[in-house]
Amino acid sequence: MGFVWFVAGHPETGLRSTGGRTRTHIAPGGPCALGQQYFERGATTMGAETRTAGGVAGMFNYTVVRQFAIMTVVWGIVGMLVGVIIAAQLLWPDLVLWDGIPWLSYGRLRPLHTNAVIFAFGGSALFATSYYVVQRTCQVRLFSGPLAAFTFWGWQVVIVLAAITLPLGITTSKEYAELEWPIDILITLVWVSYAIVFFGTIAMRKTPHIYVANWFFGAFILTVALLHLVNSAAIPVTFWKSYSAYAGAQDAMVQWWYGHNAVGFFLTAGFLGMMYYFVPKQAGRPVYSYRLSVVHFWALIFTYMWAGPHHLHYTALPDWTQSLGMVFSLILLAPSWGGMINGIMTLSGAWHKLRDDPILKFLIVSLSFYGMSTFEGPMMSIKTVNALSHYTDWTVGHVHSGALGWVAFITIGSMYYLIPRMFGKTEMWSIRLITLHFWIATIGVVLYIAAMWIAGVMQGLMWRALNADGTLTYAFVEGVKATYPFYAIRLLGGFLFFGGMLIMAWNTIKTVAGGKAEDAPIPAIVPAHA
Amino acid sequence: MDILLLLIPLSVVLILFIGAGFWWSVKSGQFDDLEGPAHRILADDDKPAAVDEQNSAPTALTSVNLRDADKR
Repeated sequence: MGFVWFVAGHPETGLRSTGGRTRTHIAPGGPCALGQQYFERGATTMGAETRTAGGVAGMFNYTVVRQFAIMTVVWGIVGMLVGVIIAAQLLWPDLVLWDGIPWLSYGRLRPLHTNAVIFAFGGSALFATSYYVVQRTCQVRLFSGPLAAFTFWGWQVVIVLAAITLPLGITTSKEYAELEWPIDILITLVWVSYAIVFFGTIAMRKTPHIYVANWFFGAFILTVALLHLVNSAAIPVTFWKSYSAYAGAQDAMVQWWYGHNAVGFFLTAGFLGMMYYFVPKQAGRPVYSYRLSVVHFWALIFTYMWAGPHHLHYTALPDWTQSLGMVFSLILLAPSWGGMINGIMTLSGAWHKLRDDPILKFLIVSLSFYGMSTFEGPMMSIKTVNALSHYTDWTVGHVHSGALGWVAFITIGSMYYLIPRMFGKTEMWSIRLITLHFWIATIGVVLYIAAMWIAGVMQGLMWRALNADGTLTYAFVEGVKATYPFYAIRLLGGFLFFGGMLIMAWNTIKTVAGGKAEDAPIPAIVPAHA
Repeated sequence: MDILLLLIPLSVVLILFIGAGFWWSVKSGQFDDLEGPAHRILADDDKPAAVDEQNSAPTALTSVNLRDADKR
C-alpha cells in the first residue's frame, strides 16, 4: 500500500508541489503540453534571473524518476518470485499447489518470469536511471512532463496486461516478445514517447558535451524501437491472436536477430549507461578512461547487430549465417572487456572504498559478472562448444550470470544510490541491510550459476555419450534424473536472491517513510574558467 | 533465406546511420576534450537540498522560496 501511495503522489509534497509550480505558469485555458513548454521557457528565463541571486535554474523532474525507481523494486520482487516458483516446479512438478491449474503451469509462468524481470524490473530501472542521468548530465529539466508521465503509466499498463495475458495462455510464442499485438502497439506508443522525452532533453541540454552514459541510453532506446517493430510484425486474426509476418526458419532468424540484440541493447547498452554514471558517482572518482568509454560505445554498437544467429547453430539456418553469427559474437569480446576493465579500474587507487561501501560492492561485482558472462557468451557461440552447451542448463546458467550478476546487481547498486536522493535523503535507511543484501544475493547467484554449469555440462556429455555399437548410452530421462539435485541447488540460489530483494524492499520502505518526495533545483550554470 | 535480404540491408543502413552519428560527434567537437566530461559529472552535486541547508549555505535557494520567486 505504501508503494502505491508514493507512486500515486505524496499528498503533502511530491506531485502537488510540482503541480502548484506548474500551475503558476500555465496560461488560463491553455492545454497541458503548452503549459509545460511555457514552464520550461519560464524556468530558463528565471534561471538567468536567479543566477545572480542564488544559483538555481528551475527544477529537475524527479517525479517520474521516483515512480520508476519504486516500481523497479516492486517488479523485481514480483519477477523473481515467479522465477522461484517455476524453479520449484522443476523440482516438484506435481505439487498440489499448482498441479492441474493451467494458468500456473510452467509453460505459462516462464514467459511471465522473463517478461517481468527483463521488461518490468529491468525496464523500470532503465527508465528511472536514464531520466535521472539525462537530466543531471544535461543540467536541464526533462522535456515534456506529461509525455514522461505517459511513459510511466503506459509502461505499467503494459506490464499489468502481460501479467494477465501470459498466464491465460495468450502469447505469440516468440521468446521475449510473447505479448500479443494490441499490447505491442501500446509498447510502441510508450517507446516513441520515451524517445521524444529522452532526445528532447538532450536537445535542450545546457552543457555542450553529451556524457557517454547518454550515448548508451540513446543507442538502447533507438535500437529497441527498431527491433520491436521488425520482430513484432504480425497479422492479427482476432483481438488476442495474431500470426507472425514471417514463417519457419525466416521467423527463427528474425526472432533471434531480435532476441540477441535485445540482450545487447536492452540488457547491455542500457545498463552500461547506468554503469558509466553510477560507478563514478558512487566511487567519487572519474571513470578510469573517458577515452576508452567512448571507444567502448562506438565499438560495441558498430559490431553488435549480427550475433543473433549463434542461437540457431546446427538448425535449418544456412551454415554461413551461423558462422557469421559466431564470428561477430567472438568480436564482441573486445569491446565488452574494454568496458568491464574501464569500469572496474575506476576504483584504481581507491580499492579501500570497496571494503566499507556495499553499494560499490554491488556495482563492482556486477562488472565482474559482466566480464564473466561476456567471456562465456562468445565461447558458447563457438560451434564446437555450442554442440555441447546448446539446449542444456548451461545456457540457463549463462543467462542468469548475466541477468542476476550483471543486470540485477548494477540495477540494485544504482537504486541504492538513487532512491534516497528521490526522497530528500543522503543514504538508505540502513547501510548494514545493504551489506546483508549484497552477501545474500552474491551467495544466491554463485549457487545458481554453479549448479547450472555443472548440470549443463553433465547433460551435454550424457546426451552425446555413445556405446561401442553406436547406440546412445543414456535415455533422456536419465539426464533429467541426474539433474535433479542441481535443480534443488538452483532453487536455493534463486530463493536467496529473492530474499535479498525483500530486504531491499524493507530498506526502501523505511527510507521512503522518513523522506519527502521533492524535486531538486537545477544548479545555475557556472561559467567555465579558461 | 529471403529474410536476409531484409536483415542484411537493414544492418548496412544502420551502420551508415551509426557512421553519420560518429561523424557528427567528431565534427561537432564532442571528443575535443576527453578528460573534462569525466570530472564534470562529479562536480554536479546531487545531494538533496535539505541536506545542503543543514550543512552549509543558509542563502541556498530552496524549492519553497523558488516557488515564491515564481509568483513575483
